[in-house]
Amino acid sequence: MTAVVRDPVTADPAPIPPSRPTAGPSRHRFRAAAGFAFGAALLFAVAPLALSDFRLSLLAKYLCVAMVAVGIGLAWGRGGMLTLGQGVFFGLGGYAMAMHLKLADAGPGNMPDFMLLYGQLDELPLWWRPFASPWFALPATVLLPMAVAFVLGSLVFRRRVRGAYFAILSQALAAAMVILLIGQQGTTGGTNGLTDIQGFFGYDLDDPVNQRMVYFIIAGTLLALLALARHLIQSRYGELLVAVRDSEERVRFLGYDPATVKLVAYVVAAGMAGLAGALFVPAVGIISPALIGIVPSIEFVIGVAVGGRATLLGPVLGAVAVAWARTALSERFPGTWTYLQGLLFVVVVAFLPGGLASLVGLARRRDDGAARPRRFGRLRLRRREESA
Amino acid sequence: MTVLFGQLFTGVSIGAVLLLIALGLALTFGQMGVINMAHGEFIMAGAYTTYVLQQVITAAGWSLLVALPVAFVVAGAMGVLLEFLLIRRLYARPLDTLLVTWGVSLILQQLARDIFGSPNVQTRAPELLTGNIGLPGGITVANNRLFILALAGGAVVALTVALRFTPLGRRIRAVVQNRDLAAVSGIATARVDRMTFFIGSGLAGIAGVALTLLGPIGPTMGTNLIIDAFLVVVVGGIGQLKGTVIVAFALGVLQAAGEYLTTLSVAKVMVFIAIVAFLQWRPQGMFTLRTRSLA
Repeated sequence: MTAVVRDPVTADPAPIPPSRPTAGPSRHRFRAAAGFAFGAALLFAVAPLALSDFRLSLLAKYLCVAMVAVGIGLAWGRGGMLTLGQGVFFGLGGYAMAMHLKLADAGPGNMPDFMLLYGQLDELPLWWRPFASPWFALPATVLLPMAVAFVLGSLVFRRRVRGAYFAILSQALAAAMVILLIGQQGTTGGTNGLTDIQGFFGYDLDDPVNQRMVYFIIAGTLLALLALARHLIQSRYGELLVAVRDSEERVRFLGYDPATVKLVAYVVAAGMAGLAGALFVPAVGIISPALIGIVPSIEFVIGVAVGGRATLLGPVLGAVAVAWARTALSERFPGTWTYLQGLLFVVVVAFLPGGLASLVGLARRRDDGAARPRRFGRLRLRRREESA
Repeated sequence: MTVLFGQLFTGVSIGAVLLLIALGLALTFGQMGVINMAHGEFIMAGAYTTYVLQQVITAAGWSLLVALPVAFVVAGAMGVLLEFLLIRRLYARPLDTLLVTWGVSLILQQLARDIFGSPNVQTRAPELLTGNIGLPGGITVANNRLFILALAGGAVVALTVALRFTPLGRRIRAVVQNRDLAAVSGIATARVDRMTFFIGSGLAGIAGVALTLLGPIGPTMGTNLIIDAFLVVVVGGIGQLKGTVIVAFALGVLQAAGEYLTTLSVAKVMVFIAIVAFLQWRPQGMFTLRTRSLA
């Protein structure tokens, strides 16, 4: 293939949308602020009043999944990195938190109950000890996943391993992590995971009032993560990330290092998943390999695809909707839910790659009669993503 | 010495299973660049085909022999159907294909649950394949493992011959090396793609037959194997079979050695780290087609 022939892979025919200045028109800012206020009102006032304690704790669980989805939206929707191993980071955050809470439940100097049960150990293993201190455990829930993502990402992106290769590697990481956790039953709880967590920094988790408090923490964290994601998307970095997704080689020729650009998004997504895992533990009271393996990792992605991978709110709404549908349907018709989930993957990804958000976009364009820039960016599908 | 040989044979037989699964994947991934997550369910289809045939033909040996071609055709037909209905439309979006075929694999798993029930089923192995062969030096090898090794070897030879000496093989190689040039030379690339999918998926069916000799048949049997097989393809590089063959056996032996020296779980993590380290050295895999394209 000579230089004269325009390669359909790299010659992207889609026009480049005019870049928005960092500090957008005041109207955009006002709408964003209004949107956040509306979301906050919904999460903090309407939901707690309208829902029973049981439903509210379910919602808390869904919002944790939504936090992971915000990160996947950034890494996959914006950065083109299909990460099928977010469960690893979710699990690292969750286990870090659960280890601390287990140690706190047991009291200073004591071993967690499951270790006594398996009876293989005389004293607390060395790598458990730092987690007794909240000053170590709490930062670790975010920093540990970010560190793992940093190491893997910098090794992989620098050598330009991408596309399907990256997806497979991230999935293999999830498989390895689960096998490791199950294999080290004496120190990790094995298949059961870390269960039966009673207290959360001195608050009894059985008390509905305290469950409500956990819900509020989760809702607040989700809003904060959304604000962070919005900030990243609207910054110059966000434009660069989309550019890397759409044509990595062009960005390289412009003098940027695509590996660094991708690494930032991947590490941030990992941190978000870690935080989600950490908050999932007090909300649900358990963390186990079954919650973080290959299957749950890929299920994190479907919500993002359904909502709209390249938008800010799409992944959140999609994740909550899919998780809700799962609870509602799988209780009564477990088989039907599996079919439906499979169909969701097929129909949404194959025929509606922009997710439900693209339907909203279509409707809006029809109203206006003319295309106008969408609020949260747009997904341009390339003719050939990352031909490996 | 005995221990060393025993572990080596264990590694080689793990490698043979990996190879049977990865061959079909290497073929489709190498030619079309798509990741077919439903490949594991084609394995399952092959295994259930063996099970059904054994209900009809009660002699275990004959039913196994009949199952090989039938499973090839059944899995191959499922592959062609999948290619025709979905994958064909998604060649421009390989990452999305991965998610779509994952959805298909969920549906197929549930279908298997509804037809055959959730509990695992078992087939009877022919008597010829149940024993061990004693070799000089006190070494014993299991007959069924030996059979799978022979099956994997046979599949590699057959595929190599088919790719090198048949008109279809020539067309497949042309499309792999340069799709555009093949198309302007008058090769119907879409038809070649479909045939490749038939052969690749059919090989998964054969792998399914082989797996019935090693363990029970269940709806999720494919999922557990598919990741390792993908790793073989990623590390082996695309476009040539020899990378797949070498890496399948290398990973098998590495896994067996790691398992012997430590535990299964640590061995898995070791293999993963070894793969990431290997990709630092050769990011495109062991062997790769040299092209002048940028991507």
